[in-house]
Amino acid sequence: MIEIKGLTKKYGTFHALDNLNLTLGEGTVFGFVGANGAGKSTTFLIMATLLQPTSGDVFIDGVNVRQNPAAVRKMIGYMPDFFGVYDQLKADEYLDFYGASYGIPEAERKVLIPQLLELVNLSHKRYDYVDLLSRGMKQRLCLARCLIHDPKVLILDEPASGLDPRARVEMRDILKTLKQMGKTILISSHILLELAEMCDEIGVIDNGRLIAHGSVAAIQDKLRGERVITVRLVGPLEKAIAFFEEEPFVANLEKTDAEDGLTFTYKGTAEEQVSLLKRAILNDVLILSFMEHMTDLEDVFMAITKGAE
Amino acid sequence: MKLNNPVLFKELKLRFRSVKSFNGILFYLIAMCIFVFGFIFTTMNITGVSYFRPSESFILFTLLAFIQLGLVLFITPGLTAGTISSEREKQTLPILLTTSQSSLQIITGKLMASIAFLLLLIVAGLPIYSLVFLFGGISPMDFARVFLFLFVTVLAIGSVGVLFSTLIRRTVVSMIATYGTMLFLSIVTGFLFLIAIQMSAYSYFGTGASSSSIVGYFWAAINPAVLFASILSPEVGNGIAEMTQVEFPIWVSYLLFYLSLTVLSLVVAIKRLRVNMKRTK
Repeated sequence: MIEIKGLTKKYGTFHALDNLNLTLGEGTVFGFVGANGAGKSTTFLIMATLLQPTSGDVFIDGVNVRQNPAAVRKMIGYMPDFFGVYDQLKADEYLDFYGASYGIPEAERKVLIPQLLELVNLSHKRYDYVDLLSRGMKQRLCLARCLIHDPKVLILDEPASGLDPRARVEMRDILKTLKQMGKTILISSHILLELAEMCDEIGVIDNGRLIAHGSVAAIQDKLRGERVITVRLVGPLEKAIAFFEEEPFVANLEKTDAEDGLTFTYKGTAEEQVSLLKRAILNDVLILSFMEHMTDLEDVFMAITKGAE
Repeated sequence: MKLNNPVLFKELKLRFRSVKSFNGILFYLIAMCIFVFGFIFTTMNITGVSYFRPSESFILFTLLAFIQLGLVLFITPGLTAGTISSEREKQTLPILLTTSQSSLQIITGKLMASIAFLLLLIVAGLPIYSLVFLFGGISPMDFARVFLFLFVTVLAIGSVGVLFSTLIRRTVVSMIATYGTMLFLSIVTGFLFLIAIQMSAYSYFGTGASSSSIVGYFWAAINPAVLFASILSPEVGNGIAEMTQVEFPIWVSYLLFYLSLTVLSLVVAIKRLRVNMKRTK
């Protein structure tokens, strides 16, 4: 569905994008992670036909963005990181304007607009002026606007930035619905955790270069050297301590504050981790819970980007 | 350009929902009324008679046409010079540019919405003009010509405004550039005409030969005030032809220049609205 070949964007001597290559299949939800200024928005701007690349090509459903931008515009729904709304337009008029801009007949728009407002939970704000909506509502309305022409690809640049936790959850739920609808979604964020839950694939960009790309699990495995595991046990801990101390990939074994558990770092693969749990049970270690911590993702991201420097 | 232009309808909707638009019409009409009734009152007081002669009515019409020209020239940059740049400042432009609308549709939609408002201003002022007909001295043809050239002028200045708004990121700078162009066309060209005529006369001074000044003719022909004067009073046109030794009708040159300016401005604005993705640096 999306193919990016050798995409480069230079501003003088500065490389905003440096030979970016990426291929995404149809229906993929791709998370683009990187620090501010890493090149996420530049990539999206080029894909949205708003910025000319210095070299390289982007193909969306086989159509070259540089050769046929008008055809690409019909296939994409673009949501910029910062966007404004028109004063004195109501929510349904806002969607109606963009629907007309995509050449959707008026009769069709009348049916479509209530459905889209329903999708983004804004039916009750249909006749409210857009500039009076909260930021979260504006973000959701903009997402509905992206969908008005039923695009195959959604390009969402930091859709959850500046939202409160509740609005973030609402946005995430809508994106899950869109994922179920089979849309190919590109979503950027500088917060890795925000994307991990909903994305099929993740790409990490730093200084204009794609430094990691793959499934969330693969990226986690590839990029982090170790994971933190907490085990809660029933009965005395000595037997469990003796067992885990013998394991080759276990390190930093400690008792937890709760006194009924152990925590350790593990450097083995996912398969080896499964095997570890199985052996523990076979060795009569009474395990109540065996939990891997996800909180180190941000640290991992920091480590990768630092490594890339 | 399609008749169903979403930008045009959206702009009209937004413009006519704004209180500012109605205030603008109100102040425009107040200015026109003050002038017309002030002129009639003053004329009757000066002449000491309680009626208004057709010849005075013609003077009133001429002055009214110039006042309206001045007001419209002053308002047009304000209405058009922010059409694209304000979208850029409000961060609505990137979204608009990713829709299926062509650059032609967006630019013409913006321009037509502004022109529509100016036409409304002019139409709203028609009852005031009708007073002139009440007293006689004006033919409907004079009236039609004045409005035709007013429309051509508004279209050209409006197109220049849209062009600057497309090329310049900030609305304030775009406004300054458009007002600068308007002032150049309406005032500076008048001075340049006088300078060109003086220089032409100086060059031939004492030689006995008649001096021809194409440059002088050009500056006169693109000046809206000169054009209005020449269509309201043919003697002005004859006088300019005598001074410049160019017999070509001023209104034809004016029409050609302003229509070319309109087309050129719109073509450049349409070309520059979107990034040319095909170009290779």
